[in-house]
Amino acid sequence: MDLAVETQQLTRVFTQRRKIFRRRRNGENGESEGPVTALDHVDLQIRDGELFGLLGPNGAGKTTLIKILATLLLPTSGIAKVAGHDVTKDPLPIRLKINMVSGGESSGYGLLTTRENVWMFSQFYGVSSKTAKARIDKLLHTFGLWEKRNAKVRNLSSGQRQKMNMIRGFVTDPDILFLDEPTLGLDVNASRVIRDYVKSWVKTTAGKTVLLTTHYMMEADELCDRLAIIDHGKILAVDTPENLKRRLKKETTFRLEVDPLKDTSRFKTIPGVKNFSLKSDGGASLEKLTFILEDEAAVSDIVSEVVRQGSKIHHLQKTEPTLEDVFISMVGRSLE
Amino acid sequence: MTSTRSVNPLALNLRAVVGRAYPRIIGANREPSWVFFDAILPLLGIAAYVFIYEGFFRAPGADRTFANAMIGFVVLGGTMTAFWMNVLWSMASQLYWEKEMGNLQLYMMAPMSRMALLGGMALGGMFMTSTRAIVTLVAGVFVFGVHFDLANPLMILAVFFATLVALYGMGMMLASLYLLYGREAWHMSALLEEPIFLVSGFYFPIRAIEGVGAWGRAVLFGAAIIPATLGLDALRQLIFPGFFGGKFWLLSVELEFAILVVLCVVFLVLARVSLGYLEMLAKREGRLTSRHQ
Repeated sequence: MDLAVETQQLTRVFTQRRKIFRRRRNGENGESEGPVTALDHVDLQIRDGELFGLLGPNGAGKTTLIKILATLLLPTSGIAKVAGHDVTKDPLPIRLKINMVSGGESSGYGLLTTRENVWMFSQFYGVSSKTAKARIDKLLHTFGLWEKRNAKVRNLSSGQRQKMNMIRGFVTDPDILFLDEPTLGLDVNASRVIRDYVKSWVKTTAGKTVLLTTHYMMEADELCDRLAIIDHGKILAVDTPENLKRRLKKETTFRLEVDPLKDTSRFKTIPGVKNFSLKSDGGASLEKLTFILEDEAAVSDIVSEVVRQGSKIHHLQKTEPTLEDVFISMVGRSLE
Repeated sequence: MTSTRSVNPLALNLRAVVGRAYPRIIGANREPSWVFFDAILPLLGIAAYVFIYEGFFRAPGADRTFANAMIGFVVLGGTMTAFWMNVLWSMASQLYWEKEMGNLQLYMMAPMSRMALLGGMALGGMFMTSTRAIVTLVAGVFVFGVHFDLANPLMILAVFFATLVALYGMGMMLASLYLLYGREAWHMSALLEEPIFLVSGFYFPIRAIEGVGAWGRAVLFGAAIIPATLGLDALRQLIFPGFFGGKFWLLSVELEFAILVVLCVVFLVLARVSLGYLEMLAKREGRLTSRHQ
């Protein structure tokens, strides 16, 4: 089995930077900012031809992992290999085979047109102008950006700009593509176009691998062959979305919509409750609770506790587990 | 992996140079207003020195040939100023701006040589700045009435290009510092701007600095490391031969040209070495990708 990506005990610790002209800055309470472990002994194997997802909240270590694999950041310890090459010792052959697109990035120059901008980046990979222009035109059609081919980049909307970034990622025909939250902040249609293309690219072109980071559960569920759930720099589980959800089959998921609660700490102490999450829409009148129960009988205690606090239950539903439920079960909180 | 990639490194890096030079060259055409701000307005600063020399040599008994030479000095200095400003603010600091714009990580992830990236920036910068330089020279001839003696055009071109390569090589070396220190390296550019105008003799014959006493020689020696100093002095010798009987020349043209060639090699090698080292440090400290440091 060929591996597109392999990491062994990969660790990355960020320490405070030295400033040459400024005094050392302390934290809010005056204490010195300490080192932060972004990746903690990560072991991961991504197969050639796989669409692999990294699912985790902000600050989980997803982007750090991608930056290391993209040869932009050195690991503190451990090994990371991409296409069989060590990212620390042998980055050049890796760079010939990879590309990366991040959500919300603003690459290129506003003065250039969409076409010129993508062409410029293709030149950094040695793609001949003729090949590059043919690919760009095809991709502009695919992503619905043909009408904007001669528009200056500074005049593109954020959705159009992100589509252009995707074209930049594909124009070099990489073997391994890192997509870091590629649909972040995009509307439904733009996200759909991107997801459809990524899916068909991996499935219809031999030897293409995608590592996708996202915190959109539906996106991960729809696209990924396998998923890793990451939190606080640690990989908590790696499996197919179906298998991850199957793990919860022996557990039960209940969703409740209730009036705002005074105290949710007691839910954790109810026997049979494995984990729960609370979503509040800020000023909204209802709160959404998701419970992962090891013992279904616990639901009566939950209802009693809600009523005891003087809150009213508007909705109660037993549901099939989703990836979000898997995440809540493992991490103990919701992704968003 | 199912496919293996092999790209001719020379072809890859030449494409990268052209690709990176493109935005600067095309940018010059897309926003013509920059010609007014970058080429026409700086003429006002040059004009001030021109009027000083003009007034001085209008005095009864003054030699007009000296006026022509001194104004020519200023025009040549103004031409070189354009390149020096470009090296400091558009070349050295460019990697900082690229990081702010989000481009740096895309550049560093690409398989091209970092020297190709900087080479493209330099080539584009030279093209853009040449417009300002040409405007200054044309104004020198048609507005200020300077007569240039182009008796040795080959040598003039050789010195000019050696100066540019050495100057931009220095800019490439400084760019690597920005890679590590980001905005903090800004102070360095600010520190280098005005003092170099003085010690490189942009608006007066450089040897005049000797007049300040013992320190003058030390300053002259230090200034010789800046390619603009030697390049300007050599160009002035070639274009205004025999000025004040050669009293104000720093070194012979041949020696200055040889030093410039050495500086070209030294700065390019130093740029390559320092960029490689500082890129490694930046990757270790996570500075290639984070903004607003």
